[in-house]
Amino acid sequence: MQAPVTHILPLSGFRRARMLPRPGRVLVRSGQEVNPRDPIAEMNLRSQHVLLDVRKSLGISRSLPLERVLHRKAGDAVETDDVIAETKGLFSKALYSPIKGRIVSIFGSQVLIEGEGEPFQLLAGINGTVVELVPERGAIIESSGAIIQGAWGNGQIEAGMLLNLAKSPDEVLNKSLLDVSMRGAVVMSGHCAQAEALQAADQLPLRGLILGSMTADLIPVARSLSFPLILLEGIGRIPINMVAFRILSTNEKRDVTLNACFWNPFTGDRPEVFIPLPATGHVSPETDEFKPGQTVRVFSLPYAGRVGTIVELPPGNSRLASGLRAPVAMVRFESDQPIAIPLANLDVLE
Amino acid sequence: MTTSIIDAETVLALDLGSLSTRAFLFDVVDGQYRFIARGTAPTTITAPFRDVLESVHKALQHLGEITGRVLTDEGGNLIIPTQSDGSGVDRLVTTYSAGPEAQLVVAGLLSDVSLESAQRLAASCYGRVVETIGLNDRRPMAVQLDAILAAQPDIVILAGGTDKGASRSVLKLVELVLMACRVLPQDHRPQVLYAGNQVLGKKIKDALEKWTAVKLASNVRPSIDQEDIGPAQEALSQIFTELAQRNLGGLHALGMMSSVPPSPSAQAFGRMVRFFSQGENAVKGVLGVDLGASSTVVASAFAGHLSLDVFPLGMGKGLSKALQGSDLRQITQWIPMHVPEVVVRDYLWQKSLFPSTVPITTETLAIEQAMTRYLIHLVVDQSIAHWPNPALTLEPILASGSSVSQAATPAQSLMMILDGVQPLGITTVFLDQNGLAASLGAIARFNSVLPVQVIDSGVFLNLGTVICPVSSARYGTPILKIRVEYAKGEENQLEVRQGQLVSLPLHTGQVANVKIQAMHNTEVDPRGKHSGDFQIVGGVCGAVIDARGRPLTLPPDDSRRREMIKKWNLALGG
Repeated sequence: MQAPVTHILPLSGFRRARMLPRPGRVLVRSGQEVNPRDPIAEMNLRSQHVLLDVRKSLGISRSLPLERVLHRKAGDAVETDDVIAETKGLFSKALYSPIKGRIVSIFGSQVLIEGEGEPFQLLAGINGTVVELVPERGAIIESSGAIIQGAWGNGQIEAGMLLNLAKSPDEVLNKSLLDVSMRGAVVMSGHCAQAEALQAADQLPLRGLILGSMTADLIPVARSLSFPLILLEGIGRIPINMVAFRILSTNEKRDVTLNACFWNPFTGDRPEVFIPLPATGHVSPETDEFKPGQTVRVFSLPYAGRVGTIVELPPGNSRLASGLRAPVAMVRFESDQPIAIPLANLDVLE
Repeated sequence: MTTSIIDAETVLALDLGSLSTRAFLFDVVDGQYRFIARGTAPTTITAPFRDVLESVHKALQHLGEITGRVLTDEGGNLIIPTQSDGSGVDRLVTTYSAGPEAQLVVAGLLSDVSLESAQRLAASCYGRVVETIGLNDRRPMAVQLDAILAAQPDIVILAGGTDKGASRSVLKLVELVLMACRVLPQDHRPQVLYAGNQVLGKKIKDALEKWTAVKLASNVRPSIDQEDIGPAQEALSQIFTELAQRNLGGLHALGMMSSVPPSPSAQAFGRMVRFFSQGENAVKGVLGVDLGASSTVVASAFAGHLSLDVFPLGMGKGLSKALQGSDLRQITQWIPMHVPEVVVRDYLWQKSLFPSTVPITTETLAIEQAMTRYLIHLVVDQSIAHWPNPALTLEPILASGSSVSQAATPAQSLMMILDGVQPLGITTVFLDQNGLAASLGAIARFNSVLPVQVIDSGVFLNLGTVICPVSSARYGTPILKIRVEYAKGEENQLEVRQGQLVSLPLHTGQVANVKIQAMHNTEVDPRGKHSGDFQIVGGVCGAVIDARGRPLTLPPDDSRRREMIKKWNLALGG
């Protein structure tokens, strides 16, 4: 059966596509080295439009052809107060553009002007090398280092030095653990259930926060933070899985990048922690099938966050304690007896 | 009616859900069409595949392993038609609910006439209304334009004017849509469905066609008092499929092989429910509920007239929308053991991130089944507003979706349906345990015999006849005296009290005559029947008398409520 793959690797090569949602301008060149906050591409966000009625504004009759008064045509760029149309004669009247922009269309008596939208820049999100350009859209960046994919992110990107506040994977983050010495750092802890802790982190401010999990009531606060927050396991009281915990704790004091994008299953974008390392890793596959010997993680109760090894894949469906029947894997956690876990509740860590 | 060998076809139906892809095989056995088997695989519409053909291939492999049939050639391609060695199938039909939601802009005139009908039309598909423009919209045209552009719509539904009615206001809306098309690059322009004043149809199509694809449909509001969204629903369904074939990798290829264009599962499910409503029991409505991972479909039909609602709520990705703004107590009240509210809330949010999760423990199963009840009740409650008479009885009720069908016992499935739908009067509850309904609805477009024969063979599991009296008597008061007369002459007499859930012992298919004497003004049937004789047929849960009251209200005290729920579950053997 097809197995979902989550990359949690101490060293891996990887490529990430960074694309604008609409055509824009690519700002990098192939072979260029980039840092997480370097802009890759830019575009103008949706701008305002203005609709001018020439006849109405200038008080001219329908019998007068519009071409006689128009000074512009569709496609022309205009500045604020540029003349769009003007009557002739002693008592001439003029129609001025109220905004800077471009004339999109002239139809009937109407002139449609599109203003300049606010510029938006797409950031690289990781350290790496631009290996491919996608015209008008963005680029593909290649990098190497540790990668840890998460389950939930609040949409921000940032980089900073990693500080580990978690003595254990389920360490709880509360306000009292944060102090001004952490300002500008990316902090890691196990779990948060306190809105004040997130708010205190925002006030310092931190450059990022990596947690195993948080409670669902904090979602609105997390979305409003000015820095990236990544949950590695998800929502609930779930400790950081041991594989990720080891990688992160052994890389304390290194620079890390957090791309806390929303998990989009259609594009494959997931929140990710990158730790650039001076070594080259192999690119891991994006797909796999379940098989004995694999390292898997459980993402639902009652074993959420636990990492084990598949020892057997019994055929057909097995009956669970809930009374339901489902295909399972026999998973051994540390030195415990193997436990039957539904395949649907597992992802493969590789 | 047996099917002649000459006309018989082997039919393969594919249903592409957001989580699972199902392949159903139908063939003629002893002169009758039968459902043979089902193959399943996780849907591969998402990264890294982004192509449904991978999951279709795996589902067909699974189907081939179960049936021993060869369905694909050495290259993995589906064999159509059936070959002399028995390999392959004659016909393919595809339904889908997978894929991202389409963004819709709805434009009409009066908010309680054309705009309302256009919104109802939009609510019958897998889309999200991101902007609404009406006659009373005070925003300047340029601001309305910016709103449409910001919404980035895939489809614009344009309605307005009764036939031979308002035209100038409708044309202003067309002007707005035209402006949007002028601004947008060609591949970003929304498709337009016009379902307003028919006199303007050709003029509007001619004006817009130079800029974008336009479909015309009958007026959703041909007169002020008349609504007819059926034809527009079909047209909208076609637009959806055109969009989906562009956006869902592999769907176009499947469409090329299919006997009819792929159709959205919701529309096909609705077709099946409408078919049921055209049977003998035309006085009763028929209700179908399909609870999926990303969306839920409620289809209700009365004598062939279908009302279809698609809600962006479900038991997977759709949970996050369902949880926002919900009162958690409305969910936790259904859990028969103590589970802290924070655990319930966090478990459901986690499930929205990992929608394929299967509940392992009794507690997590109870959480999911509580949420299922809540969702069914929420969507049915909202759909009732469109019914000709909210007090109408419904028969049958058809429930579909793995949260309902893959319960640990049939009694658990029946309880979730009863607690969610809370039907009135006498009805029969069927469970679509294989998820066939949408596929049968799609097959009906080219083969009207197959669905009838397959349904007659019992693919929908009869959970049982349910009698739901309505009484204002106090809890514990006797409200019904019942005598059950079995075919072999035995009798069973019992008294039912307000608040009780009683199971009548009947085997599946066993027919019995039930004489009901109602007391204390109890209504057995909302059509005004207080007492009488009724013939009932047993299902896998026998027959059930649900005298718990309507609306179903649970005691606020936690211990008392949990004991009551356990008692009800025990009454059905669940």
